[in-house]
Amino acid sequence: MPQFLKSALAGAALALALGLPATADEPTKVGFIYVGPIGDLGWSHEHDQGRKAIEEAFGDKVQTTYVESVPEGADAERVLTQMALSGHDLIFTTSFGYMEPTLNIAKKFPNVKFEHATGYKQAPNVSTYSARFYEGRAVIGHIAGRMTKSNKIGYIASFPIPEVIRGINASYIHAKKANPDVEMKVVWVYTWFDPGKEADAAKALIEQGVDVILQHTDSTAPMAEAEKAGNVIGFGQASDMSQYAPSPRVSAIIDNWAPYYIDRVQAVMDGTWESVATWDGIADGMVKIGEMTDAIPADVQEEAQAIADAIAAGDYHPFTGPLNKQDGTAWLAEGETADDGTLLGMNFYVEGLEGDVPN
Amino acid sequence: MAGISIELLLASLMVAATPILLAAIGELVVEKAGVLNLGVEGMMITGAICGFAVAVETGSPTLGFAGAALGGAALSVIFAVLTQLLLSNHVATGLALTLFGLGFSALIGQGYVGVKPPSTPQINLGVLSDIPFLGPVLLSHDLMVYLGLALVAAVWAVLKFTRTGLILRAIGESHDAAHALGYKVVRLRFLAILFGGASAGLGGAYLSLVRVPQWTEGMTAGAGWIALALVVFGAWKPWRVLLGAYLFGGVSVLQLNLQAAGLKVPVELLSMSPYLITILVLVIMSADKRRAALNAPAALGRVFHATT
Repeated sequence: MPQFLKSALAGAALALALGLPATADEPTKVGFIYVGPIGDLGWSHEHDQGRKAIEEAFGDKVQTTYVESVPEGADAERVLTQMALSGHDLIFTTSFGYMEPTLNIAKKFPNVKFEHATGYKQAPNVSTYSARFYEGRAVIGHIAGRMTKSNKIGYIASFPIPEVIRGINASYIHAKKANPDVEMKVVWVYTWFDPGKEADAAKALIEQGVDVILQHTDSTAPMAEAEKAGNVIGFGQASDMSQYAPSPRVSAIIDNWAPYYIDRVQAVMDGTWESVATWDGIADGMVKIGEMTDAIPADVQEEAQAIADAIAAGDYHPFTGPLNKQDGTAWLAEGETADDGTLLGMNFYVEGLEGDVPN
Repeated sequence: MAGISIELLLASLMVAATPILLAAIGELVVEKAGVLNLGVEGMMITGAICGFAVAVETGSPTLGFAGAALGGAALSVIFAVLTQLLLSNHVATGLALTLFGLGFSALIGQGYVGVKPPSTPQINLGVLSDIPFLGPVLLSHDLMVYLGLALVAAVWAVLKFTRTGLILRAIGESHDAAHALGYKVVRLRFLAILFGGASAGLGGAYLSLVRVPQWTEGMTAGAGWIALALVVFGAWKPWRVLLGAYLFGGVSVLQLNLQAAGLKVPVELLSMSPYLITILVLVIMSADKRRAALNAPAALGRVFHATT
């Protein structure tokens, strides 16, 4: 065997020997991949806040890395492989579209632990976690229904996946309950982050007479558009978006990942990590309602707070019967609440919504 | 089309198309000179933040746009130096420029997230803007929309009727022949690249100052690549690029409006329609292969080194 090859092999063996047993003073390596830039002030921004919370909580016992703006698909696999190879112990993949890439890479690296956000497929080394955003959407849906003067609410939807459809249904049900004349217009933009397109969608909705905009995309562009229009309000999505308070941003649904992230890193350090499916809501603090500004009348604020409190206390479920599906067939009977299985796979609109769910 | 105002639609079409139009017309000149600059996205986003920052600091959108043009051009200087003086590969350098621009803009933009820019005024034509239909559609925009149109006309006229245009095209067809005739290949290409950078910068600033208006990292979200594609599908002809940009911008806006108006057409179809229709129309227009091939600059992307 040529000399250089021998020494190369020896080097590799040495590296392996050093790399495998994680010594006590070696920091736990935690990686994140984000679908947008951390400066989106929305979804990816909040995950990055969670990452920073990990660093703050564990100091130099932990080392975190992240890659932002990773497209969903093959690129994600490449980034994940890179992370797994570079000695990460725990990797958070923070977008629905990373589901298959995460599972594929997890299979190849059984010793690395993965946490996939908003997905529904687990593996021995893949946990899933998500927040019950629909609880927050119920609250802002109520505010939207009470605040609209044109009785038209616009909804900027990203991709037709259960999470997004759940959000549309939850906010529609509560807007309708607050205001029976309400009508909801849904626009699908097929992107999580594209400020130009999100602004165009908001503009199209406003031209259609909408005066409340709900969004399930990650940038603050719809908020800027609402501000331009003047008499249109919106809600912070994923992040507080308080730059647009007190109006057009009148409240927000905030994702609070930090406590969960810190728990999971601790579990890895303690060796107690196991694959779980977490789905927490307002009660556990994973979903927060952003401060309601004075643009919302006091009585509406109280009602909204009451809904949030009832959900947190477990007294009220946003999907409580009687509810029919869009085609008029019965879904939930009087007083019946939706089970998690149905919610996780939700692919239908509730009665009253117009248009079809894209496939 | 119940409930869709054609006036508003056409008016927002012009706004939606302007960023890609500006970037595309700049890239057209660059490619006509035989240079393939894939850094459009990077120059756009750099222009977006430079324009935004200048507009916020000075309170003047006009200065903002000037700053954007300078910023875009400054970034393109890197590309020009690398490809024209150091003879690096166009494709690789352009891609690197895009990556660099995205990162660089995020860095400059740190302090500008969540800041509101001064609003860009619409031109005031008095009574003209009150003409029914034509007024709101054509005559009540900001200056940049018209600048984009003027730029297309100017590029077309210069390329077709002037000596400079002829030399530029000659360099794009065969830099060796042009060089042998005594034309300054590198100098002219340098200038073309600067023009492309400035145009892309303006396009980016239009996004951050008018269309969205705010600064968000990565906010161009692929607009630069659309502009690049438009140049090719528009067969390197200014008016076709204009048509392509308006088609793409128009159908993008139209499909969102159709969705909002609740039209019974599958959303998937509507979502892909901007790409589909633009490509279809431009490909059909350029269907004659021989003539299309004539339009492509023969020396596109080839590195020039003066041996004599």
